[in-house]
Amino acid sequence: MDSISKKTKDSPNSTDSPESTHPSSFPDEVLEGVLSLLSFNKDRSSVSLVCKDWYNAERWTRTKVFIGNCYSVSPEIVARRFPKIRSIILKGKPRFSDFNLVPENWGADIQSWLVVFARVYPFLEELRLKRMTVSDESLEFLAASFPGFKALSLSSCDGFSTDGLKAIATHCKNLIELDIQDNGMDDFGGGWLSCFPENFASLEVLNFASLNSEVNFDALERLVTRCKSLKVLRVNKGITLEQLQRLLMRAPQLMELGTGSFQQDLTPRQCAELESAFSNCKNLHTVSGLWEANSLNLPILYPACASLVFLNLIDATLQSGELAKLLAHCPNLRRLWVQDTVEDKGLEAVGSCCPLLEELRVFPADPFDPDILHGVTESGFVAVSRGCRRLRYVLYFCRQMTNAAVATIVQNCPDFTHFRLCIINPGQPDHLTNEPMDEAFGAVVKTCTKLQRLSVSGLLTDLTFEYIGKYAKNLETLSVAFAGSSDRGMQCVLGGCSKLRKLEIRDCPFGNAALLSGLEKYESMRSLWMSACNVTMNGCRLLAREMPWLNVEVMKDEESDDSHADKVYVYRSVAGPRRDAPPFVMTL
Amino acid sequence: MSSEKPKVSPEFETSGMNLQETELTLGLPGESRTQKSGTKRGFSETVDLCPGSTSAGKEEQSENEISGTTKPPTAKEQKVGWPPVRAFRKNLMKNCKYVKVAVDGAPYLRKVDLEMYCSYQQLLGALEEMFTCFTIRDVLNERRLMDPLNGVEYVPTYEDKDGDWMLVGDVPWKMFVESCKRLRLMKYSEAIGFAPRTPPKCSSSGC
Repeated sequence: MDSISKKTKDSPNSTDSPESTHPSSFPDEVLEGVLSLLSFNKDRSSVSLVCKDWYNAERWTRTKVFIGNCYSVSPEIVARRFPKIRSIILKGKPRFSDFNLVPENWGADIQSWLVVFARVYPFLEELRLKRMTVSDESLEFLAASFPGFKALSLSSCDGFSTDGLKAIATHCKNLIELDIQDNGMDDFGGGWLSCFPENFASLEVLNFASLNSEVNFDALERLVTRCKSLKVLRVNKGITLEQLQRLLMRAPQLMELGTGSFQQDLTPRQCAELESAFSNCKNLHTVSGLWEANSLNLPILYPACASLVFLNLIDATLQSGELAKLLAHCPNLRRLWVQDTVEDKGLEAVGSCCPLLEELRVFPADPFDPDILHGVTESGFVAVSRGCRRLRYVLYFCRQMTNAAVATIVQNCPDFTHFRLCIINPGQPDHLTNEPMDEAFGAVVKTCTKLQRLSVSGLLTDLTFEYIGKYAKNLETLSVAFAGSSDRGMQCVLGGCSKLRKLEIRDCPFGNAALLSGLEKYESMRSLWMSACNVTMNGCRLLAREMPWLNVEVMKDEESDDSHADKVYVYRSVAGPRRDAPPFVMTL
Repeated sequence: MSSEKPKVSPEFETSGMNLQETELTLGLPGESRTQKSGTKRGFSETVDLCPGSTSAGKEEQSENEISGTTKPPTAKEQKVGWPPVRAFRKNLMKNCKYVKVAVDGAPYLRKVDLEMYCSYQQLLGALEEMFTCFTIRDVLNERRLMDPLNGVEYVPTYEDKDGDWMLVGDVPWKMFVESCKRLRLMKYSEAIGFAPRTPPKCSSSGC
């Protein structure tokens, strides 16, 4: 080794002498230089476990941190370990909060994190939040505390309003990305968009599709004109087709477009202008929006369709014929999201037009109306699987399914990594044989060896879970509802799925024996959710007592008896029990 | 619903028959009134499609035939948070005017968003596409849909805010959208009591 001395940084084990105890050690600068090239945090985790020097080199060079459960760690712990963070992803509430299973004011408030970040990471650039509570005050604080702030993304968050967006638009002079996805926010008007200063030109991503209030179109047009690097623009339904045409002429470089309303009647000249605008957008690979799409207007998209890779039609409410005509122009599609108004016939068109398809999501147009019986069935799914052999991600809401169909589907498409099947009527059997749907999911886990995520539904016995535990060796996320016959089901999963990280269960007959069979496993998982099962307070207390590194939290429903643990949320944490838990969250 | 005077004008081509006797009146199931003999599909059983009425059991039964479940015919309870669809999506539906469409003889309902159309022609076109067995026939300025397989003609009717059943096409489009609560494609043979009227003056400019 040459005589370059090592710089030491908070590392009690390193020495100044060139003859260190590590025969193959590098100067810190070299090690850090190498490690700073690592971008995947999984690699960084591995690196940090090699030895103390590598742990330190890694922590000094990490700039992005991903925290999948905000309560698994505290902001102070993060700040202590990683001094140079510029980009943070934080996720808060359990996923079932999206479906109203978690009461309001549960927690996951960003404010306490921002306070620490403002002190430790003044150069913070990116914040991406999912299922966090974010107040307008927090957004104002954010805008004021980080002069170099560049990217804000809010998905499934709540607690803020367009007032908070005003603060971001006004004060974040270096903003590159503002991505407001579906949130529980208050919309007090579109004036926030006009708060971007007239000389502000750095925006590359702007998504306000989920906001209902109209923005000032002139301000938007000027903004789009100034921002020459704009790549992603998703407007809301207040923007008309005429206005869209003007925006597209200003931003032909767009790669992702969310249109506004697609409903209005167009003159032939307007149609031609819009077609021309779309054909000018040579880089367009993703289209969404298309609110209330009038099928007469869909052809204006055709010039852009050949290069489309992702088409999101969940706001378009197309019928089967309309979808078929459109997809005939989209041979390169990799991802497609539709509503079940397209029906099986529409899905047949998917199978025949889109051989490169990798992801399909079919959402129910009328999920809560029991009178509605139309939608998609097993035959639509089979039709897609015949034509789209590269399918790896499916989310499918349907009102009927058969074991045989699922077996055929996975025969056709064995590469599934994400298989989320939702038969809308809880506990519904195979509609042809009246048998449970066990064999369907058995086929999935036996055939799809790369399966990472699985959501099951329909009438299911413990056999389904025996199959899952035995075959789903790469499974990381499992969602279960209204299924299973006994504790054995859950025990099979906990015992067999070695890579399981997230398990969410509702309305299943799993009790304490099942809960406690996973005692040691929960430390290797992110979290467990169990609601409306047969778990008792005593069972939870036992779990909490045996496993000090787990937080065991219970929320009780109003009319439940004292011993029943209605909603249980278990997660590993190095931060100890929550200090901000509301009264209805009991930490055991 | 109170017993009502028919909303249709009494002047119509009768071809000599006294159709007063066969005139459809609307009332709750069980209310006594004359029914045409031979039409065993009682009007009351099909028009009143609210849950809780006697037709509810009938709907459940049809659904069971389709889905093959063996659930007892009770009203479906709504489970909290099920199906797992994000609640935010529902907020986007505020500017829609969805009405259910029932077709005599079909065991299921559909829904249309009246806000999506600007004229009766567009609406009927959509209904035609939805129930693809129909074609639109414009007969005597009454818009009717015909099932070419069996030659049965259907007349689109709707229930208005007051609970009365009217022929589709009577009033200006916007007024119709405002007042329509649900649609029913009624078999022409049952709709004889609805009078053809002077051609509706609906504007083609629609929107």
